[in-house]
Amino acid sequence: MAEALLEVRNLSRRFAAVDALKQVNFCVEAGEVHALIGPNGAGKTTFIHHVSGALKPDSGSVHFAGTDVTALSMHQRVAAGMARSYQITNVFLGLSVLDNVALAVQGRQDSGSSFRFWKPVIAEQGLFDEAFVYLEQLGLAERSVSLAGNLAHGEQRALELAMALATKPKMLLLDEPMAGAGPEESARMVELIEHLARHVTILLVEHDMTAVFRLADRVSVLVNGSLICTGTPDAVRADPAVRRAYLGDTA
Amino acid sequence: MAFYRPAPYQKPLAIALLLAMLVLPNVLTAFGQEFYIGFATRILIFALAASSLNLVLGFAGMFSLGHAAFFGTGAYVAAICMANGINDALLVFPLAMGVAGLFALLVGAISLRTRGVYFIMITLAFGQMAYYLFVSARTWGGDDGLPLVGRLNLAGFSLNDDAAFFYAALASLAMSIVFLGRLADARFGRVIQAIRENETRMEALGYPVFRYRLICFALGGGLAGLAGALLANLTGLASPNLLQWMQSGTLLVMVIIGGVGYLYGGMVGALILLCLEEVLAGFTLHWHIGLGLLLLGIVMFAPKGVAALFGKQHG
Repeated sequence: MAEALLEVRNLSRRFAAVDALKQVNFCVEAGEVHALIGPNGAGKTTFIHHVSGALKPDSGSVHFAGTDVTALSMHQRVAAGMARSYQITNVFLGLSVLDNVALAVQGRQDSGSSFRFWKPVIAEQGLFDEAFVYLEQLGLAERSVSLAGNLAHGEQRALELAMALATKPKMLLLDEPMAGAGPEESARMVELIEHLARHVTILLVEHDMTAVFRLADRVSVLVNGSLICTGTPDAVRADPAVRRAYLGDTA
Repeated sequence: MAFYRPAPYQKPLAIALLLAMLVLPNVLTAFGQEFYIGFATRILIFALAASSLNLVLGFAGMFSLGHAAFFGTGAYVAAICMANGINDALLVFPLAMGVAGLFALLVGAISLRTRGVYFIMITLAFGQMAYYLFVSARTWGGDDGLPLVGRLNLAGFSLNDDAAFFYAALASLAMSIVFLGRLADARFGRVIQAIRENETRMEALGYPVFRYRLICFALGGGLAGLAGALLANLTGLASPNLLQWMQSGTLLVMVIIGGVGYLYGGMVGALILLCLEEVLAGFTLHWHIGLGLLLLGIVMFAPKGVAALFGKQHG
């Protein structure tokens, strides 16, 4: 078995009377694309929040790149190499595309200490040069001076990815990158993710089954807060429990 | 949002204004209007105080209702120093900034764990606590305040002369505005402006958001402390009223009238508000009615403040 980059052990979380996550054991190996699927309300978003550090578990632990990060805050996990994109596009709409990515580069370069009060950022050519490289990677180079708010939906999702990449992550946490995208945009996004997967480990939460089965090396299925199955796409597709709980008999 | 960028003509305009200010005391003296030198100094000092709040409120989006506590702290530091025979401005001003900044660091370390209306309330609470502390401090004059005997010395020159003191206040304001302008364009300024727009996203980009807000809050407090020390020197009194929430409110009104998040917003607001007070108070005791009408007009017709009319933000 390859080395585990992300390992979640016995993670449990309760909200009032609801067991959102029940003793979840989960592992993402270095280099793979691991998809997490599950019906609405299964706890996928809650799970992602625990991985990224937005929420803390009642019990259990999260290990990343060999260290226990359970107690670390979100920004510390980002510094450790965990980047995320959001389900709802979450970029700075009033800033240029290049400025958006430059902010991400700046955040990583300083590993969280941009305490420079005097030198204008405009003079820091290196910052923008590097940001531009990420834009080229994601096919946004021509849009670099546009306001992020003027981009098409698919381009905004790509920008979101560029920002995540600019933090130089070991693992990308993609929360429904196809959400709200048309078929053409989805196809383009799948291509982008395939391209990224060559360089970085990806944990993908997605509803679009075509995309999941095309991209994922392994798939895990979360139902009612429990992980019911992990395996190759084919194995998961064939699993009777998964078919019953999630895909439906027609799938 | 966009990052703050002044319109191209603002810098030359500011320099022209600065040059005009340099001859103002001479002009006023020539016309026998020395009284207005003190008034102009007062405007400069409040411009500095309002600008310090604008850093916290406008650039970093922290709606503090306790900013006057740092302003008043600076005033008391100056008064206490004078009472103990320390009257070198080069010592007292940095000390006032340091003490007020440290106080802000302390208040911020607690308050910045809350958001929205809770942050407003907790900063208000800290401000009022500081106010009552000084009201009850008998050694420092209680609610009468602590008077200053004369003014500080700057590099051997006494600031007792009104014109000399005017220049000291002008230099403080000019240096602070230059600093704030540079800060807005520097890494730190971009970070706090982006945090104002979307702190979760900044956290997800790896920025320790709390630390940035805290440092910004302390910087604002330190600048307010400098303004307070200047004001105590101008009026010859450090009064607990300077720390009161009404004073925080006045500074807020200045920033809102002038332009929240605009480099010159605090200056413009202080100028308008104090001039209005001076003019209207000559006619009627109820001059606040006029102020209310003005505020209403600003909110309705220039919701971004007067400074916003003279140059738009673009990214």
